[in-house]
Amino acid sequence: MSHSADRRDAAWWVDRAVQSLVFVGGISGILFIIGIFIFISKEGYGFIVSTLDFGEFFASPRWRPTSSHNPTYGALALIAGTASVTGLAMIVAVPFSLGAAIYIGEFATGKTREYLKVLVEMLAAIPSVVWGFIGLSIMNPLIIELFNVPVGLNVLNSGIILGLMAAPIMTTLAEDALKAVPDTYREAAEALGATRWQVIFRVVLPAAKNGLVAAILLGVGRGFGETMAVLMASGHSINLPTSPFDSVRALTATIAAELGETAAGSEHYQALFTLGIFLFIVTFVINLTADLVVRGVRKQRP
Amino acid sequence: MAESTALPAEPTTALAIETRKLNLWYGTFQALFDVDLEIKQGIITSLIGPSGCGKSTFLRSVNRINERLGYVRTTGSIEVLGFDVYAENVEPVQVRKQVGMVFQRPNPLPLSIRDNVLFGYRTHQERGKRLSRSAADEIVESSLRQVLLWDQVKDRLDRPAVGLALEEQQKLCIARLLPVKPSVLLMDEPCSALDPKGTEAVEELIWELRGQYTILIVTHNMAQASRASDECIFMLLGKVIEHSQTAEMFVTPKCQETADYIEGRYG
Repeated sequence: MSHSADRRDAAWWVDRAVQSLVFVGGISGILFIIGIFIFISKEGYGFIVSTLDFGEFFASPRWRPTSSHNPTYGALALIAGTASVTGLAMIVAVPFSLGAAIYIGEFATGKTREYLKVLVEMLAAIPSVVWGFIGLSIMNPLIIELFNVPVGLNVLNSGIILGLMAAPIMTTLAEDALKAVPDTYREAAEALGATRWQVIFRVVLPAAKNGLVAAILLGVGRGFGETMAVLMASGHSINLPTSPFDSVRALTATIAAELGETAAGSEHYQALFTLGIFLFIVTFVINLTADLVVRGVRKQRP
Repeated sequence: MAESTALPAEPTTALAIETRKLNLWYGTFQALFDVDLEIKQGIITSLIGPSGCGKSTFLRSVNRINERLGYVRTTGSIEVLGFDVYAENVEPVQVRKQVGMVFQRPNPLPLSIRDNVLFGYRTHQERGKRLSRSAADEIVESSLRQVLLWDQVKDRLDRPAVGLALEEQQKLCIARLLPVKPSVLLMDEPCSALDPKGTEAVEELIWELRGQYTILIVTHNMAQASRASDECIFMLLGKVIEHSQTAEMFVTPKCQETADYIEGRYG
């Protein structure tokens, strides 16, 4: 054969190499998630099958892993801590982020819009320890002053901090959902005499509903997984909260604070990994639900 | 609403739309130049001209939907039934109650068929008033009957409107204008997204609505203009060149440009 039959020149090899590289990048996400799951399962497995009492884990608020004669592993207070902080965070974040998304997506024009979008994205980049610092040094005295309570590190403090942390990413996602609504819908509704607000409330929001729900769910997932800010602003004391002024301890904060002080492989160590498995499953389910909700809307469209 | 489906013997002389020295700019680009038009009530007037001649722009300034763009500037006046729609105390919302619009691509809202028909009505309903179920049913039925769609959709009123065939969607888009009793219907190439059968059906419907509404229709299709309108306006480069009876314009156009366009020498 002549040389013209062989196409394996430099460009061919580059093309091949880039393809393989991109493939590795693409597949790595799956490998990492499986790898992480195997790792935390392996570390927590022994404890789950031998020592763990599921009734105690989910129903008892007594988390006393370091007790020398009778350690107990009740995670209820930690779950309640995480849930209460996340719940309050959503009460703060949902109106803020939806309002911001509606303003940016539907009202703001030109430069205002661009600047706002950049600013919101910059807000999302603030490190969580900085937020924790704000909770500790600004919100804490403020709450003590305003509500006349002895301690300002509590559900209220960490819920507000976490809400402000989650709002930017939720705003960005919600704005994407609004942007996906075809402009012809808005034009049609306006031509029928609807005001801006009627267009948004009766056409745009229902059409973007799934994307907005997904944005909120991802915010919830973010709240569940956040560690540093919650650790710093929640008071970190084991409590079943009955008011927003109670200090609580979050699942994530517990792992972060205790793992470094346990002996690898010990019961306490494995119990912390069990908390990790639980967190992993919860956030996985939340993210999966968000994903399915978004897909649902696509399927309906012709 | 449907007191006279019979055609008026002579077009009335009352005016539905009257414009004076209408100029319009998109940013710095001037799209309309001193447009003076008198469009008579109750007949179908078609707007023809090559792409970019300003016919859609004119149509879209009558219900002020152009203003959505934000960089549009208008001078001069447009009166709809004697009211200046650009007067300072007039809100676009009031104008759009009088002036309904049908778009090039059927654009039903992502709601049920029923809610699409009722959307405009609910929008213009007085605050605090509730529409009874039976009154709503009546409005939905009479509107869909008027656009010859009732029989096809009466069993699936709660299904999403986007599931309809394009032709049916376009009829629905006409039906949803009717409950608020507009006096003028603006149609921006309402058949251009439809196949020949759909075009025929929608044209038939437009002809059916003649007399009850003043209809202003933009079209690219010369044959459509000649068979489906009473009067015809020819525009070129943002100016009105000729406005006359359709039959007259297509047989004995007054201006050379009109003749050239009709015969297909450009456009």
